[in-house]
Amino acid sequence: MATGHERIEKNVGLLIVLTLVAVSFGGIAEIIPLFWDKASTEKIDTLEPYTALQMEGRDIYIREGCHVCHTQMVRTLRSETARYGPYSMAGEDVAEHPFLWGSKRTGPDLARVGGKYSDAWQRQHLLDPRSVVPESNMPAYPWLAENQVDWSLTEKKLRTFAGPLGHDELYSDEFINKQMKKVENEWSDATEMDALVAYLQSLGKERTRRE
Amino acid sequence: MQNPAASPPYNYRVVRQFTVMTVVWGIVGMLVGVLIAAQLAWPWFNFETPWLSFGRIRPLHTNAVIFAFGGSALIGTSYYVVQRTCQTTLAFPKLAGFTFWGWTAVIVAAAITLPLGYTSTHEYAELEWPIDILITVVWVAYAVVFFTTIARRKMEHIYVANWFYGSFIIAIALLHIFNNLSVPVSFMKSYPVFSGTIDAMVQWWYGHNAVGFFLTAGFLGMMYYYVPIQAERPIYSYRLSIVHFWALIAVYMWAGPHHLHYSALPDWAQSLGMVFSLVLLAPSWGGMINGIMTLSGAWYKLRTDPIIRFLIVALSFYGMSTFEGPMMSIKTVNALSHNTDWTIGHVHSGALGWVSMITMGSLYVLVPRLYNRQAMYSVGWINTHFWLATIGTVLYIASMWVSGVMQGLMWRAVNPDGTLTFSFIQEMEERFPYYVVRLLGGIIFFAGMLLMAWNVYKTIREEKNRDGESNLAEA
Repeated sequence: MATGHERIEKNVGLLIVLTLVAVSFGGIAEIIPLFWDKASTEKIDTLEPYTALQMEGRDIYIREGCHVCHTQMVRTLRSETARYGPYSMAGEDVAEHPFLWGSKRTGPDLARVGGKYSDAWQRQHLLDPRSVVPESNMPAYPWLAENQVDWSLTEKKLRTFAGPLGHDELYSDEFINKQMKKVENEWSDATEMDALVAYLQSLGKERTRRE
Repeated sequence: MQNPAASPPYNYRVVRQFTVMTVVWGIVGMLVGVLIAAQLAWPWFNFETPWLSFGRIRPLHTNAVIFAFGGSALIGTSYYVVQRTCQTTLAFPKLAGFTFWGWTAVIVAAAITLPLGYTSTHEYAELEWPIDILITVVWVAYAVVFFTTIARRKMEHIYVANWFYGSFIIAIALLHIFNNLSVPVSFMKSYPVFSGTIDAMVQWWYGHNAVGFFLTAGFLGMMYYYVPIQAERPIYSYRLSIVHFWALIAVYMWAGPHHLHYSALPDWAQSLGMVFSLVLLAPSWGGMINGIMTLSGAWYKLRTDPIIRFLIVALSFYGMSTFEGPMMSIKTVNALSHNTDWTIGHVHSGALGWVSMITMGSLYVLVPRLYNRQAMYSVGWINTHFWLATIGTVLYIASMWVSGVMQGLMWRAVNPDGTLTFSFIQEMEERFPYYVVRLLGGIIFFAGMLLMAWNVYKTIREEKNRDGESNLAEA
């Protein structure tokens, strides 16, 4: 064996090529079949697009790193469905760029948090978590109530989801135009808090509605 | 060692730059780690300030320790090792210089943009698209310098350390490109091209192999040079190094789905991930055995040489965490451990025990050689650092084990009537003492890093050692 291997040890080009080959199989076998897997790529019937306000709220969720401490993935375990609600399905997330499943529950899972608490509770909790949950170690986010939503990229974001990201079925021209009218008429003074709460309240509804 | 007069003129300039910045970024990254550990125990430490809040600076900590501290250590030592083992100077010195300034620019950009909230959310790949492009350019330059240097080697064989460094360079390029494919909507905002389950699978194919190639294969390259050099023994088994090299790089790439057990990822992918993660134990331990057994016949050095202690204890932590990893990838174990502090403990037994300690040991070998010194300014301080690092690591991982197992058990506990026993917040309250112990462990580990920095500074600055004797190497 050593003699056969010597050829590789004496030829850097061969070493590079064989290394590339060796590291390629895993991704080819585990990622590529998913593109033809219906469960992973087809949306559930009740999936709805994010409104302009929810879309901006989601980007605030991302900016503040909520996903660092909160998962959005109810696993197929009894203790999880008992605590959080119906387990998560791939079809709920086919238009999720990026996925926000997370990897750590410093705080609880949020996949089904929509409608669990009132808007007022969510606001108070984000402003001062310990005023409603004294034992919590969550940071406070007082600046969300002070900052107005920056709408400058919203239309481009929605059109990116429709076009390049391929979800025109959800984000139709008509839908996007309607959203931008609402931005003008209803949400022009909205705060980042409004947007984030709107996003949180939307979480998990697609799936729970069907039950 | 070779007589320096007979050696080709090596390029130490870029190695010195990376080596000094490894120490600097180590301090920065670990300090942020101490801060976020304090935030989890006492949320007051978030200071109600956007750019200091946990969600934004936890990625700063991971990026700083992995890519700034670990990356500088890997690129710096690989430039040293490839020159010494190929008996030739570094190819394209200007391009090598560019990799230093380019990599440093990436780190500075990360340190500015992450606290401002610019993030892709992909773990360990949070940086936005313009920085990703800069990383790609620097990485290609690094690959060109490294592999061209090997092509110009003076001996027939390519030394084993270079296989590992080389596989790290190739795999990271592949992973980085595919996991960061995204559609920009502005200069600092983009959305990944993949969505949902596919995005998750791509991310953890990347995420697990950032561990596998950045934090394992690369540091094994470091190990395969500095352990035999410091032990003054050849590598234990040539045959083992061949077998475990190819097995390690081929098998690691399959292990990603164990981050997605019981999720919406198809079952077959989860099962593949688990099986390959279990198989991974063998090639991982191949590296540990080859490193530790290199000391066979010279075990007494563990008593006399604190640098050997660093290197061997690092390999022991490597063996321990690469045993723990496959165990945690078993679905039924993962049902308990996933999303808990156990994962954090596991990561840190690798990050503190293996990555940091093998780096520290290697740097203590490297720094005197780079600056023409006989040894470090104080060997006693290396020993003190060794104990600070070991005690800090043990406190950290033990507290996270207890906290993590407790979390898993409390989350799943049910009453006889089938209802859940504990609310989430009841479980959170119980974590507090473990978070304090973890912070203490982190502070102790950080103190060791400060002592190292002072030792490195004195070694470079002073011509005498701490005992007042000349520390100049005889040229």
